[in-house]
Amino acid sequence: MNPVRKKRLFIVLAILAGVGIAVALALSALQQNINLFYTPTQIANGEAPEGTRIRAGGLVENGSVKRGENLAVEFRVTDGAETITIRYQGILPDLFREGQGIVALGRVGADGALVADEVLAKHDENYMPPEVSQALEQSGMMKHYEEGKQEYAK
Amino acid sequence: MNWTWFHKLGSPKWFYEISGRWLPWLGWAALVLISVGLVWGLAFAPEDYQQGNSFRIIYIHVPSAFLAQSVYVMLAVAGLVGLVWKMKLADVALQQAAPIGAWMTCIALLTGAVWGKPTWGSWWVWDARLTSMLILLFLYFGVIALGHAITNRDSAAKACAVLAIVGVVNIPIIKYSVEWWNTLHQPATFKVTEKPAMPVEMWLPLLVMVLGFYCFFAAVLLMRMRLEVLRRESRASWVRSEVRALTEGER
Repeated sequence: MNPVRKKRLFIVLAILAGVGIAVALALSALQQNINLFYTPTQIANGEAPEGTRIRAGGLVENGSVKRGENLAVEFRVTDGAETITIRYQGILPDLFREGQGIVALGRVGADGALVADEVLAKHDENYMPPEVSQALEQSGMMKHYEEGKQEYAK
Repeated sequence: MNWTWFHKLGSPKWFYEISGRWLPWLGWAALVLISVGLVWGLAFAPEDYQQGNSFRIIYIHVPSAFLAQSVYVMLAVAGLVGLVWKMKLADVALQQAAPIGAWMTCIALLTGAVWGKPTWGSWWVWDARLTSMLILLFLYFGVIALGHAITNRDSAAKACAVLAIVGVVNIPIIKYSVEWWNTLHQPATFKVTEKPAMPVEMWLPLLVMVLGFYCFFAAVLLMRMRLEVLRRESRASWVRSEVRALTEGER
């Protein structure tokens, strides 16, 4: 490669490295603001701002869903270490069920429960045909598989 | 190492001849792969245990999202070649690939929104993956607009190349957004090092679709580049005879 081209190549690469470092610094400074939701552990540790609307995310705890009148629902969301109670009134997304990852937007009340006005279901990266999931359930492997997901969520 | 093929690429005439030979192959490959992949994916692949049939949008969403990012990397490489080796064909490739990439990003965003409504319960969420993908679309718009805004061809080429190279910083952000931050978008199902989190009868049609989309992109890009080469080299004698042969063939 002739020297002129080599010099141009270095200039371009230097610009790219500079921009890359600048963006990396900006993103790491904004780390908390880019996160879509707070985990129950972060809320318990007081990392989430109080008195404003926040998003809480985690897995719906097994056996914690209580349905009331007029589509009112109360459930607990866990990340394996801490849990937070969420109250919501409205239509839940199709994927909402126990063990599913969800993100709820709302305000944390005085009793430490989050009163949500929006609940979104989070889909995981696993896909399988219904026959496979039935087979997994029959052989008792589904529990193992779900535990693996809980483990991953930590 | 033998670099003659690389330097030959700088010659528009050579490019025009060689691309004319590749074009039919790429076009037919794209047609066959996409039609096989669509029928296989939409009609024969099993449905998902949670999402039912709505997961089938993956057969459009994932290939277009792959393309959207690969095309941008290609723009950056073309920009680098254009800046360092002053190759005019690199600018042609950059200008002609940008609109295709922008369309792919549009398709990925739209199909994602259509899938997000029933699955998540929302058309759009400002999470890191969705937002960085939207920034990619604006980067494409920026490259296209910059290319049209500057009249002088050489300055336009330089400006677009710099923008394309600087914007490539966004690509790793898109890729790793789902791992670095809490997002609503799920992490990647396909990883180079691990088995895909999807059975083979589901990902095989997806692979066919991805290959089909790449062939489609290559074919459309070559067609657009050939036209642009003819336009830019319209004074050269080989272009005149080529155009004369084409128009007389039609009569």
